[in-house]
Amino acid sequence: MAVAFDEMNDPGGDIRQAYSELSRWLKETPPDALHYRRQEAELLFRRIGITFAVYGDAEAQERLIPFDVIPRILSGKEWVILEKGLKQRVRALNLFLRDIYHNRDILRAGVIPDDLIFQNPVFRPEMNGQGVPHDIYVHIAGIDIVRVDAEDFIVLEDNARTPSGVSYMLENREIMMRLFPDLFARHRIAPVERYPDELLAALCSVAPRSASAEPTVALLTPGVYNSAYYEHSFLADKLGIELVEGRDLIVKNEEVFMRTTEGLKRVDVIYRRVDDDFLDPLTFRPDSVLGVPGLMSAYAAGNITLANAVGTGIADDKAIYSYMPEIVKFYLAEEPILKNVPTWRCREPRELAYVLDNLADLVVKEVHGSGGYGMLIGPAATKATIEAFRDKLKREPEGFIAQPTLALSTCPTCTEAGLAPRHVDLRPFVLTGRDRTTVVPGGLTRVALKEGSLVVNSSQGGGTKDTWILDE
Amino acid sequence: MLSRTAENLFWLARYVERAEYIARTIDATLRVTALPAAYIGKTNEWESALLTAGASRSFYDTYAEANEHNVVEYLSFNPANPSSIRNCIEQARLNSRAVRTALTVEMWDTINGAWIELQEVWSKGTTSREELARFLRFVQETSLRFDGSAYRTMLRNDAYWFSRLGVHLERADNTARILDVKYHVLLPDEEQVGGPLDFYQWRSILRAVSALTAYHWVYRETLKPWLIADLLILNDSLPRSLASCYDNLARNLDQIGVAYGRQGPAQRHARGVRNRLEHSHMDDIFQRGVHEFIQEFIADNARLGEIITKQYLV
Repeated sequence: MAVAFDEMNDPGGDIRQAYSELSRWLKETPPDALHYRRQEAELLFRRIGITFAVYGDAEAQERLIPFDVIPRILSGKEWVILEKGLKQRVRALNLFLRDIYHNRDILRAGVIPDDLIFQNPVFRPEMNGQGVPHDIYVHIAGIDIVRVDAEDFIVLEDNARTPSGVSYMLENREIMMRLFPDLFARHRIAPVERYPDELLAALCSVAPRSASAEPTVALLTPGVYNSAYYEHSFLADKLGIELVEGRDLIVKNEEVFMRTTEGLKRVDVIYRRVDDDFLDPLTFRPDSVLGVPGLMSAYAAGNITLANAVGTGIADDKAIYSYMPEIVKFYLAEEPILKNVPTWRCREPRELAYVLDNLADLVVKEVHGSGGYGMLIGPAATKATIEAFRDKLKREPEGFIAQPTLALSTCPTCTEAGLAPRHVDLRPFVLTGRDRTTVVPGGLTRVALKEGSLVVNSSQGGGTKDTWILDE
Repeated sequence: MLSRTAENLFWLARYVERAEYIARTIDATLRVTALPAAYIGKTNEWESALLTAGASRSFYDTYAEANEHNVVEYLSFNPANPSSIRNCIEQARLNSRAVRTALTVEMWDTINGAWIELQEVWSKGTTSREELARFLRFVQETSLRFDGSAYRTMLRNDAYWFSRLGVHLERADNTARILDVKYHVLLPDEEQVGGPLDFYQWRSILRAVSALTAYHWVYRETLKPWLIADLLILNDSLPRSLASCYDNLARNLDQIGVAYGRQGPAQRHARGVRNRLEHSHMDDIFQRGVHEFIQEFIADNARLGEIITKQYLV
């Protein structure tokens, strides 16, 4: 594996420009002061109650995601490229979804094999021919970006279903501003706080035609036991909308209502943080108690907008991911600005053979997996783990893709032994409404806190950092 | 607002109020039992504390004997007791998480802070009377902070009124319960009236509803059982009296009715109970029987809870 790209220090031992002021400040600040601020940050997080749940871990039902007080900094120039690339990518995702559930030009053109769509469990036949307001399927996207050098941004994953983490982008900034006002004064940092307004505007702009002039928006959560519940309540609060659970909603005459102390009130747009499978027990999983019986009938009647739309999973599936460069070119006739990680599709025998031969060097991921569960990191795995994975791959090759192990870029991070480089990724959030697509300058930087680790997922011991985009 | 939100606010307030009441009951019982045996007589004060807390039936599933250690543990910390202080605080936190958007930062902070302290400081219960005293103070202060922050920071809208409904419904139930358990020592024709036992019982009742000082201010007399009953039932200037609770319940329900432009059975029922209290005299109540009166009140109060639930919370 190549030496990781260090975002602060260049190989010649100089500080890169975006980090120059931070570096000076770090030299002036005694280590004790940093340590003290770290403790203060943790206390603040706990008091606010920003927690997440780790499934299958009874001890840690509510845990804090470790927060690293050293910010991750991108220059304004870098951001301009990234922003353009993100908008391009999300535009392509929306066009792709519209196409897949209608004309299927891309299949007829032979760009993507049919069975990759039709055999795919996240493809929703219920959406065939179903219109959605303004042809927008992915209103909120979280695109995971990594860097391996100074030039390129590489997309690791598209999250087009119910991406989470934006509350950390907002809260991390709040806390940093409280803890390090002096450091802020020395930088010009693009603000992130308009995200809730942008989100609400985007949601209102896609209200169904039958909605009133001031549409009612609600956030649908699976409930307090969901790992992202804090974020759901945080966002509902910031947006000033009701935080509803399935049992709060009822469908009558193909319209959706919420039960209020004043009787039933119509809902027009649902920002849903419940997966497709659980949305409507009459259409999807009949055992779901999180959903709303009849919701899909109201959706088909065009009386409710769901954000994101049903069936977007087909666009962020890891097997589809490998076709993203082709998808961008097909719909936009543009070169993709953001790169893809080279990906081997294990469903194709020749590629599978290569993957099996090189397991020890590759990262193998489940096509439908997320949260860092069920993946193999070849270079870090034991022989036994690799062999176990080999069996899994042979048994169900279409369930996996493989990628080279990327030397993710590093940022300085607080560790027990002082500041040290740790691997990071970035999840910016892309919002699409009727008239425009916006990306609030910033995102969630996740950091693998263990030395050498490449796994940044919070469920696997990752932490977060505030992400600064310099306003130059 | 969402019915579920209103329901959570209502129960959140009830749990906090209940936790405080149980803490006060334990505190008052500790004071009586600290007296020399000659003053207390043969009654088992811990048994009576269980009754007051409404936990006497389930208690014996866990413990054989109602002594200080067992009762304090059961009422304060036992997970099998749905109304133990620990369960009340945990339920309150769960309700708070579910309605965070309807709470002010100060209210959330109070409940979340109490929940954290419960886990970090009190996870193993208490091992001495000093610790127990600190724990009970912590519970009462949590309730005061919660009430105070609700009063000082909440918008005066339905969220606030539903939360108040929870406080007053629970409070009325608690005051009625202590009267129900102790009514016999308040009867004017009881033998040995004014004996040492009764005197300390009276003080302990007043202490449990934080009305000992209030009594002296209102009546400027030594403790007399019928005046204590009058204070706790009919005196609407005492925040924990039944009359005051129903003043508040009727008023808060009225505010909700005005805001929603619609009155209903809850408003009528609350007004009915309030009017009955307003037009009652202690003499009549004693004549008809305090016990019967209280029993009827407890049933009426529970009925109001059901009506509110049906009208607004589901």
